[in-house]
Amino acid sequence: MRLLLKGGRIIDPSQNMDATMDLLIEKGTVSRIATTIPERKGEKTAVIDLTGMILTPGLIDMHTHLREPGHEYKETVQTGSEAAVAGGFTSIACMANTEPINDNRSVTEFILRQAQAAGMARVYPVAAVSKGEQGKFLTEFADLKDAGAVALSDDGNPVMDSRLMRNALEYASSLGIPIISHCEDTNLSAGGQMNEGYTSTELGLQGIPNTAEHIMIARDIALAEFSNVSVHIAHVSTAESVRIIREAKKRGVMVTAETAPHYFTLTDEALKEFSTNYKMYPPLRKNEDVEAIKEGLKDGTIDAIASDHAPHSSIEKDVEFEYAANGIIGLETSLSASLILVKENVLSLSQLIEKMSTNPSGILKIPGGTLKAGSNADITVIDLQKKWIVKADTFRSKSRNTPFEGRKFRGRAVLTIVGGNVKYSILSLPGRKI
Amino acid sequence: MKFERKDILGLKDYSRDEINFILDTAESLKEISTRKIKKVPTLRGKTVISLFYEPSTRTRTSFEIAAKRLSADAVNITASASSVVKGETLIDTARNLESMNPDIIIMRHSAAGAPHILARLLKHQSIINAGDGAHEHPTQSLLDMMTIREKRGKIDGLRVALIGDIAHSRVARSNIYGLTIMGAEVALCGPAMMMPREIDKMGVTVHNRMEEAIRDADIIMMLRIQLERQKNNMFPSVREYAKLYCLTPDRVKMAKKNVLVMHPGPINRGVEIDPQIADGPYSVILEQVTNGVALRMALLYLLAGGK
Ligand SMILES: [Zn+2]
Repeated sequence: MRLLLKGGRIIDPSQNMDATMDLLIEKGTVSRIATTIPERKGEKTAVIDLTGMILTPGLIDMHTHLREPGHEYKETVQTGSEAAVAGGFTSIACMANTEPINDNRSVTEFILRQAQAAGMARVYPVAAVSKGEQGKFLTEFADLKDAGAVALSDDGNPVMDSRLMRNALEYASSLGIPIISHCEDTNLSAGGQMNEGYTSTELGLQGIPNTAEHIMIARDIALAEFSNVSVHIAHVSTAESVRIIREAKKRGVMVTAETAPHYFTLTDEALKEFSTNYKMYPPLRKNEDVEAIKEGLKDGTIDAIASDHAPHSSIEKDVEFEYAANGIIGLETSLSASLILVKENVLSLSQLIEKMSTNPSGILKIPGGTLKAGSNADITVIDLQKKWIVKADTFRSKSRNTPFEGRKFRGRAVLTIVGGNVKYSILSLPGRKI
Repeated sequence: MKFERKDILGLKDYSRDEINFILDTAESLKEISTRKIKKVPTLRGKTVISLFYEPSTRTRTSFEIAAKRLSADAVNITASASSVVKGETLIDTARNLESMNPDIIIMRHSAAGAPHILARLLKHQSIINAGDGAHEHPTQSLLDMMTIREKRGKIDGLRVALIGDIAHSRVARSNIYGLTIMGAEVALCGPAMMMPREIDKMGVTVHNRMEEAIRDADIIMMLRIQLERQKNNMFPSVREYAKLYCLTPDRVKMAKKNVLVMHPGPINRGVEIDPQIADGPYSVILEQVTNGVALRMALLYLLAGGK
């Protein structure tokens, strides 16, 4: 089976490519990119005309929560990976804070089986750093890696013990598996409901200071620098964090970082109506922080954009603000929200794709992020002109907790191909059957 | 003037005219409570529910008396809310109450923004916020302003010192909004850990020493300190708190000669206020309580009867 994508503008940062070309997929891999690839008679070839469309290496979301096992009423591997392809993601990494926690090979293998059965996006489990994410005893990194975990993280329940973190970083480095650190000093953030600043003062909600984040980023950088190992910082949200990471990179520390679309599109002022769909960790910050995040994306301090897709049902969200769970969904809005960066000239389209595909693949050491001949045919097709309005009721995710409800976006994924198979399409595919 | 609001949630976006109108209405209703028969038929046939998720004797009694003096049917519900103990959700409670067709729901809740959930959900009921977390307590501020206006004839241009735990105080926030809207100058003082970030942007001054805040003050408002906060290192000891922030006779001398001393109650004698001051000639603490009933009658009247 061959699939010929004709006339699209191919943007592939891994090969510095930005040109209108044809792309041929054979046996699930990219076989050829050329100015014109003729349709050959006699062979079964499906052709899709992508004139006017952008064609990129499949997007990779390196930070999601799929809630299975344990909280299937919020999301499952099936619904989460369907939401992924609808948002243009061909691969997603899912965090370990399920129930039970993904701290042993049986849970990792279970998630991979569920992903196989779903057959949508590729799913890469991230396993826990410590048993039960309790911050006391290391999990079996080697066994977890062997089972298919691509990274380790106690996301949602950060490692406060610096000694444990040091051991984790050194051991993970020796095994070639990355550590993703959710940086939060839980003593400083305890009881906090939102960013600490004028808005929290007005609303009478207990604040979470910026320091709760960057103190731990500084710690992790110090540990990585001392041991000469790498660390990846999850969901960076403050100006100070950006500055600390920038300086560390300048010194040559092996630190990479991600941010999420809500940290460069929204501020804590959105909370004024006490809407729980703006409640997440880290919290929405101030305008100065938003600007610093953009600056960090622009100068390369921040390597990746991840959604931190965190589904919750109305049971966790339709309650008093203080009782509401942290987290918002993002798989189906992440690309559209991130395209704002291109419109605002913060990033070029190619730089955006780098942060949403090529870099995540490099940090997690997983396939993808490129359209080089021979690589998996994981492809995202983007229509930059497509206007749409966010209606969570139409989402493939099981949950509805988006901060972008009603938002008018321009640009979105219209076709998502995983391993040469179309997994999502809102293109009217002409004539031929695929 | 007509009162146009469906709910009374907070004073943040009120105008000076609106506040004066509420205070005028309260003043005119105050006399009812001095009659031999303390009841008028104004709200006959109206149902007022008070839904308290936090214990409160004073505010709740004040509202209940206010409703009864206007002949409304007043019902009290004590509820408990918690993120841990799974009870009925606030939204379910609200829908159940709505089904019984009350006219006004008075709500107190430990979570900021809780009355706003009710106000959004219930289209035909008026909600009065009787205190939500550390957010707002508009009726307390209105009765405080009523007391100030009654005693001083005006609020505009007065210097008000607000002392204590500003961070956790809804009374402080509502009073900062109300008093600055009415043209008063507000000076704050309290332990650094209890002074919320960027509060000066509300148009107030912040002082480290209590003496600076109360110097030449027309009004001193003391806030109740919750002794449990000591556990979270919000202050080191009651002894030291009192040493720095207790309103003593010596400190009162630094204010204007005719200073009014106020407190939303209940007071911690010897902690934030010296008994001599609480019971002394400057104190208008009990007048605040009396005015509370009139003020709450005015709000019930404006929301239900005034239409
Ligand atoms: Zn996290």
